Amino acid sequence: MENLLEVKGLRTEFMTEEGPACAVDNVSFVIGKGETVGLVGESGCGKSVTALSIMRLISDPPGRITAGSVLLDGRDLLALSPKEMRGVRGNDISIVFQEPLSSLNPVFTCGEQIREAISLHQGLGRKDSRAKAVEMLRLVRIPDPEKRYSDYPHQMSGGMRQRVMIAMALSCQPRLLIADEPSTALDVSVQAQIMELLLDLREEMEMSVLLITHDLSVVAQMVERVMVMYAGVIVEDASVSDLFSRPEHPYTEGLMASIPRLDVDVERLDVIPGRVPDPLRMPAGCRFSDRCPKRIDRCLLEEPPMFDTGGGHLARCWLSAPTP
Amino acid sequence: MVGYFIRRFLQSLLLIWIVLTITFFLMHLAPGDPMARYDHPDISPETVRMMREQLGLDRPVLEQYFRWAGSFVTGDFGTSLRYNRPVGELLKVAIPNTLRLTVASLFLYMVIGIMLGMVSAARRYSVFDRMTTVISLFLYSVPSFWLALMLILFFSLKLGVLPSSHIQSLDVSGLSGLQLFADRISHLILPAFVLGVASAAGLARYMRGSMIDVLKEDYIRTARAKGLPEGRVLMKHAFRNAAIPIVTIMGLSLPFLLGGAVIVEKIFSWPGMGGLMVDAIYTRDYPVVLAINFVVAVMVILGNLLADTGYALLDPRIRSGRRGR
Ligand SMILES: Nc1ncnc2c1ncn2[C@@H]1O[C@H](COP(=O)(O)OP(=O)(O)O)[C@@H](O)[C@H]1O
Ligand SMILES: [Mg+2]
Repeated sequence: MENLLEVKGLRTEFMTEEGPACAVDNVSFVIGKGETVGLVGESGCGKSVTALSIMRLISDPPGRITAGSVLLDGRDLLALSPKEMRGVRGNDISIVFQEPLSSLNPVFTCGEQIREAISLHQGLGRKDSRAKAVEMLRLVRIPDPEKRYSDYPHQMSGGMRQRVMIAMALSCQPRLLIADEPSTALDVSVQAQIMELLLDLREEMEMSVLLITHDLSVVAQMVERVMVMYAGVIVEDASVSDLFSRPEHPYTEGLMASIPRLDVDVERLDVIPGRVPDPLRMPAGCRFSDRCPKRIDRCLLEEPPMFDTGGGHLARCWLSAPTP
Repeated sequence: MVGYFIRRFLQSLLLIWIVLTITFFLMHLAPGDPMARYDHPDISPETVRMMREQLGLDRPVLEQYFRWAGSFVTGDFGTSLRYNRPVGELLKVAIPNTLRLTVASLFLYMVIGIMLGMVSAARRYSVFDRMTTVISLFLYSVPSFWLALMLILFFSLKLGVLPSSHIQSLDVSGLSGLQLFADRISHLILPAFVLGVASAAGLARYMRGSMIDVLKEDYIRTARAKGLPEGRVLMKHAFRNAAIPIVTIMGLSLPFLLGGAVIVEKIFSWPGMGGLMVDAIYTRDYPVVLAINFVVAVMVILGNLLADTGYALLDPRIRSGRRGR
């Protein structure tokens, strides 16, 4: 598979009162053309920052990308001029955010907010871009799109708003869609619908998708490959089947144990004890060492590199080190 | 919506009536006498007594009140005790002059206040932002009469480039239409500046704060994620939202603007309602004071109505009668 996006050694820091905090550190991964990849990790581990860094939407100050490169079809986005980068946003790479209500401008109609992106990147006039926007609303299965075009965000339900966000993101046929927890803020009943919609549209539009979620169970049916993130670093990267059949990293095992299962009647979900460390107070050695049930002495001293355990299954754990 | 406006209208009428009644009794109960001017050796006390009788000033206050109220509701504002002319006639000259000054000031107030606030917010902590902060604070704190005097001192007396008083030059007979317009504008600059720009400083601070809040919102990030240029993000997506609270502040500031006009008109000898009002208060010219009070109250209420309408126009959540979130 040809690579669409190639992130290498990405590092994003935020300036805080106590000094620079590194929210994303030395993150490297690739997304193939037409591939759907999941990025999974607990809240606060740096998933959103990774997404925003790819789109160069980190607000500076306080944030700043201090190292790495983001190659889209071999072109380094971090080296583009602001104007060139604007041509990429919404056009080559789009993003759907977690909170559809606060992510839509309350004073413009939903249709107008979609139309704007179309006229910006496709140079269409008012009438044509409007027609295209209605078409997009139809595509995301909003009933009566002609009429809903003139609705304001507050007049729609949460699920409908997220459909509008998706319509906006897809309006210029992006090659990469980043979906940052697209269903987390929604009612449980509509979460599945939104996921299904994304799945269908991905096939229809032949785009690559980076699906971000804190819920490992969500990605199982949706993606081909999963990257597990912990405290700003990617700790495991494997195909879905590999990951679920033989997880390498103890953190991944912890995440799996916390998935509620229908076939096993458990009293209590196994949630990993402890919390994601503060970026300013990372443990020495492996970042997961303070919560890891399988910790060995080496974990406290040295940060493990990414080991290839075979077949492109990568894990950042000393236990996965090849035995010499 | 119609019911809302009818209710608002009736409330406004009640409010105006209360304001005028309070003014009436305050004026009559306060020490001072409109006839004090005739306290002159050449005028016999008998004449003054007859005048007083003629004007009804010898009647009990309550009776005077009902008489005044009776003619007021029919649109008769009475006769000025000082000028001996119908109050309506005096207002016909004064209102357009005051409107010219306040509209010009309001324009400066809005344009300068909003623009400074937006640029300050977009270029936060820049040299421009810091300088506007300092200048705003200065203009906001100094009394307007002092600012007016300093400007007259500098631009009128020292440089001699701008006139210091009246709405136009004494002799305008030889001027063409365009020259007359320029002449009037030059007379307008200093008073409108004092009235408008000083309060614009306050508005700019509000606008800056409102804009900074809005720029933190998620939908601004969405606008940028679409690839919109920063100018469009600011002028379209941020401005409309930041302007919503500002409209209310502009509506609330109208009374202060009209109040400020009283002082500014007096200093610049501007023949408007302000000057008329001050003189009328000093000479206890009750009908004039009450009529001007009425006009100002109507203006303030109209201004608030306008602000409410603007508010609803800007915010679709208000229009449809419910707020999101
Ligand atoms: N604007 C910001 N200023 C300071 N720190 C931030 C900012 N945005 C994110 N961070 C920090 O970056 C880390 C990762 O956040 P984020 O990527 O949002 O997590 P998540 O994986 O839940 O999406 C967190 O520790 C958070 O405190
Ligand atoms: Mg997030």
